[in-house]
Amino acid sequence: MKSKVLAIPALVWFGFFVLAPLIIVIAVSFATQGTYGGLEWSVTFENYVRAFSTTYLGIFFESLKLALLTTISCGVLGTLMAWAMSTSSPQHRHLYVCAVALPFLTNLIIRIYALRLFVGYGGPLQGTLQFLGIPFDPFVLSQNKVLVFYGMVTTYLPFMVLPLYGAFEKFDFTWVEAAQDLGAGPWKILFSVILPNLKKALGSGALLVFIPSLGEYVIPDLLGGAKNMLYGNLITEEFLKSRHWPFGSALSVLLIVLLLTVAWIYSRRAAKHGS
Amino acid sequence: MAHECVRPKAPKAAKIVLWAVLILLYLPIAVMLLSSVFSVHGGHVQATLNWFIEVLSDSNLMSALGNSLLVGISSSVLATVFGTAAAIALHRGSSKLKTVMDSLSMVSLIFPEIVFALSLLAWFFILQLDLGLQTVVIAHVSFSLSYVIMTVNSRLVTLDPALEDAARDLGAGEWTVLRTIIVPLLAPAILGGFILSFLLSFDDFLITYFVNGVGQDTLPVKLYTAMKMGVSPKLNALSSLMFLMTLSVLIFLFRSSAFRVLFEGSTEGRDLDGRQEKENL
Repeated sequence: MKSKVLAIPALVWFGFFVLAPLIIVIAVSFATQGTYGGLEWSVTFENYVRAFSTTYLGIFFESLKLALLTTISCGVLGTLMAWAMSTSSPQHRHLYVCAVALPFLTNLIIRIYALRLFVGYGGPLQGTLQFLGIPFDPFVLSQNKVLVFYGMVTTYLPFMVLPLYGAFEKFDFTWVEAAQDLGAGPWKILFSVILPNLKKALGSGALLVFIPSLGEYVIPDLLGGAKNMLYGNLITEEFLKSRHWPFGSALSVLLIVLLLTVAWIYSRRAAKHGS
Repeated sequence: MAHECVRPKAPKAAKIVLWAVLILLYLPIAVMLLSSVFSVHGGHVQATLNWFIEVLSDSNLMSALGNSLLVGISSSVLATVFGTAAAIALHRGSSKLKTVMDSLSMVSLIFPEIVFALSLLAWFFILQLDLGLQTVVIAHVSFSLSYVIMTVNSRLVTLDPALEDAARDLGAGEWTVLRTIIVPLLAPAILGGFILSFLLSFDDFLITYFVNGVGQDTLPVKLYTAMKMGVSPKLNALSSLMFLMTLSVLIFLFRSSAFRVLFEGSTEGRDLDGRQEKENL
């Protein structure tokens, strides 16, 4: 009986600082904005209706496209990387795992800073382009969509590589030998022998990449410039700049609902797959 | 061991991709480290540690470091205590408690970081709490808790229940069992959870940025604000220092666990080997 007591602090903490804010956001999303930026409690759907207008849907689909593209790129790169990692010598495997995990364990801001230094004014990239005589616009080069995409892929890649590597470690490589003996080429082996056995890891990797990248704020903020607004930045603008909490909350609720749906579909499919 | 028979190599292309990605990951960091020490002046390469000295003697940055450490230590102490207690309760408790806890930690994992930050900000506003380091600590405990619970739980599962039973048979009360048997056995996991939540707190930018009070920046927040103005040799030195700090903590972690397994030959080391063997089979 006594041991139950031990769970109380954590439960209370979760309830008060994780669940309560969530409930507040849901409640505020139905409120209206007062004349002086204050809140007026009511039950209105106008925030949700506005969230579905073309401007905001456009930003949403832009973010969705980027998140999907990031997930797919991480999946393709991650599979190849994990395959190469798991078939190298046992001593090298640990080094590779550390090498992939290290950037992920260091601060995101530092990594973005390094990237900006690299592509920025007077950095190695611009220096090389200048040396080669290729014309470029220094401002476009240091803040653009491609850079945001690049930042997202390099940031979330470890979330994909590490589960895949774990699956490769458990994978029975004698199957590959068997396929080779039967005359299958490497790509045939990848698609018909390896990938069917990686489904689960690919699924959880995709979830781990997709969820944070759909609501990403820092990367587009620092690498994309003001022109490339994504959903996370839109929500922030509504909360902090426009001070329109109800609308910002409605956008947040929609994002959470979408992510929950994705996670729910995933867990259902995983359960089916398991049985 | 059967699995150690030579694995058929992946095609060259996979290896090339692996190396290309690793090079792309590390090239900017290498450039940052180099340019914090070396600078080019009219064709001459000069090496200087001046920028590091400047960073270390900047009182603003040092107070930000102090804030980071203060927040990191207080939030990870709280998260470790609450999280360890919750993990123990979970391990013994009913399945109902388990479901509640599982869904709560699921919520905190799926909650988009930006929404979590903004909703906490709104919640603090409604509660009329003054924004400052205390709100940052609250936020950090909230996102570290589930990591501590998971870390401690993974160790609890491997403990032999007979140890507890033996202590009870010898007349130990609940509290004594907890204090003399369970917590000492959990010590490595508790330490692991503590370090993990410290690193999470120390590295966090987004949530800190939103729930922070004016003029109480942590180091990552300082770097972010400074970076908005552009890059500079001093910022190179600052980010290099932060990078090296994380790196040394990680190396220390890797080495300490390696040492434990290699030299002490403690139960833990054997435990780890046993688990690995099971995984390999």
